[in-house]
Amino acid sequence: MTETTDAGGSRERSPGAVPILELRGVSKRFGAVQALHEVNFDVRAGEVTALVGDNGAGKSVTIKCIAGIYPIDEGEILWDGRPVTISGPKDSAALGIEIVYQDLALADNLDVVQNMYLGREEVTPLRALDETKMERRCSETLASLSVTTIRSVRQTVAGLSGGQRQSIAVAKAVMWNSRLVILDEPTAALGVAQTRQVLDLVKRLAEQGLAVMLVSHNLHDIFEVADNITVLRLGQDVARFKTSETTQREVVEAITAGTLSTVPGQEEEVQA
Amino acid sequence: MSAITPPLPTPAAAPTATIGAYARRWLDNVRGGELGSLPIILGLLIIAVVFQVQNDRFLTAGNFVNLMVQGAPFALVAMGIVFVLLLGEIDLSVGYVSGVGGVLTALLLLPDGSTVPTSVAIVAALGSGVLIGALHGVVITKVGIPSFVVTLAGLLAWNGVVLLLIGSRGTVVLQDDFVIGFANDFVPKGAAWVLMLLAVAGYAGVQLWGLRKRASAGLVNDPLLIIGLRIVGLLVALGFVVWVVNQDRGLPYVAVLVGVLLVFWTYVLRRTRFGRHVYAVGGNAEAARRAGIDVDRIKIICFAICSLMAVVGGIVLASRLRSVDTNAGGGAILLYSIAAAVIGGTSLFGGRGHIKAALLGALVIASIDNGLGLLGLSSGTKFVVTGVVLLLAVAVDSISRRGREQSGRA
Repeated sequence: MTETTDAGGSRERSPGAVPILELRGVSKRFGAVQALHEVNFDVRAGEVTALVGDNGAGKSVTIKCIAGIYPIDEGEILWDGRPVTISGPKDSAALGIEIVYQDLALADNLDVVQNMYLGREEVTPLRALDETKMERRCSETLASLSVTTIRSVRQTVAGLSGGQRQSIAVAKAVMWNSRLVILDEPTAALGVAQTRQVLDLVKRLAEQGLAVMLVSHNLHDIFEVADNITVLRLGQDVARFKTSETTQREVVEAITAGTLSTVPGQEEEVQA
Repeated sequence: MSAITPPLPTPAAAPTATIGAYARRWLDNVRGGELGSLPIILGLLIIAVVFQVQNDRFLTAGNFVNLMVQGAPFALVAMGIVFVLLLGEIDLSVGYVSGVGGVLTALLLLPDGSTVPTSVAIVAALGSGVLIGALHGVVITKVGIPSFVVTLAGLLAWNGVVLLLIGSRGTVVLQDDFVIGFANDFVPKGAAWVLMLLAVAGYAGVQLWGLRKRASAGLVNDPLLIIGLRIVGLLVALGFVVWVVNQDRGLPYVAVLVGVLLVFWTYVLRRTRFGRHVYAVGGNAEAARRAGIDVDRIKIICFAICSLMAVVGGIVLASRLRSVDTNAGGGAILLYSIAAAVIGGTSLFGGRGHIKAALLGALVIASIDNGLGLLGLSSGTKFVVTGVVLLLAVAVDSISRRGREQSGRA
């Protein structure tokens, strides 16, 4: 757990034959509500895969199933082509999945280094915090991701802008041997310049060989960074596009009117 | 020393921030609402000047020694309070928990045939403090009752325990020279100088060690001048204290105890994983939970530390008074201790504060108490003045918090 990789270089993997993560026919039901119905979805290393859909399409449920917060009812999750059971956040972290939630989960009163190492602090043999080591690694990780707007890694997170905070949350996620980074609405609360910073960072993650899954409403952002787009509608995957071969209009149509297979209990909604 | 330490790059070759940059960062912090110890040091100066003008006995060596002995119990209890305030919680039971500690110690040391060795009595009292605090913590975290309510119930219940323990005795006279010696004996004058020099040498050693370590890792250090000033500042301050108290009776042992615990708890808070997690839980409990920190465990340990320090304070108070009675733990100790932690700069909103706040705040409280006493004012006046000072301190906290919000730091 405590072993870290330098987030730079050394991750070159060819956008692979085998997807790093694959969902096959995953279904999830909450009582009478069918939240996900036979969803198929895959993410490859070195690519940015976007998951889009309207409110209530099942994006958050999908993330939580991958994170192991919700157990899936049917279907299977494959990691590196092998079926795995993810029964909790610890399992997903052990596989190398890191999720950056919308609220970022940073402690405002702690500085950048303290936040990035929160819960996984390095200690010296005498059990004291090894601040020197942590500070150096943080600086290296941020430098490897070209996050240059942060003046000092010893300033408290409270003093950072929204884009800087997002960058810290992402850097925190990739510092721990992660292979798949899931970003939940990373640009939702950001201004133009800060959105730019974060999108550049997302591209760099993929260039460094990580698999990136981007969950967003914002088609403009998605067309800028994503390689593939999967559209969810009412809990089903209704369309799949390569960004280079499609238009925003096509994607919008899929989001609002993609063809659904019939699901018991959802007929009225399909009619509407 | 130099024979066994491998050669490291000379500090002068390492990158250090310029004095200008350091000053600018400090000013930025003050404007942004990170006031640090600034208001309190100003406050102490004002208090000293006002009381000295009113009564020229305030700034005398003898009164300074009194101030130390009077302030020590508040400082010790306030150190524990800092831990729970950092979590954004409160402990209203510390007064009577300190009473339980004092009474238990005095009872165990009564020469009535069942006397235990001094060390056993002290360990038993400290252990009961840990258990009491852990009990509070478990009820707060596992049952989910706000700490305000649990410790308010504790206030009443532990007051009851004090009365039950004392029973029909009325007053228990403390009859152990070691325990009485805490607050009533003094370090030999030469030894006080040696202790002072050891403390400064230790501080200088830690500072220089950190400097070399950071320099060898290529990290930016604070300006050498600032580090030098800190060490010289500590030398001057501690030297002055020892010089003044040696004009009178000398350095009370309890001051040494406060100093040692100050260093120990500061180390725990700033240099261990546990301490880091305390700040994280106080700053953003949800972030801490997602980072894999056992939030409940941290809270229970903090409440245990708080009650443990309350017992330490209770033993010292019993030592100063040489006895305990049915009022043990009552009166001003609860409010003075919480006030000391807050006046010293610990935020009531959690996540911000240092152990040294307990010491600085206790100095303010003890000065006001002592100064108003010298002026011959009633305890009514004392309480009103202390209340106003507490309100001022919380107001500074709230206003500086607003400053943080305006500068985007909250």
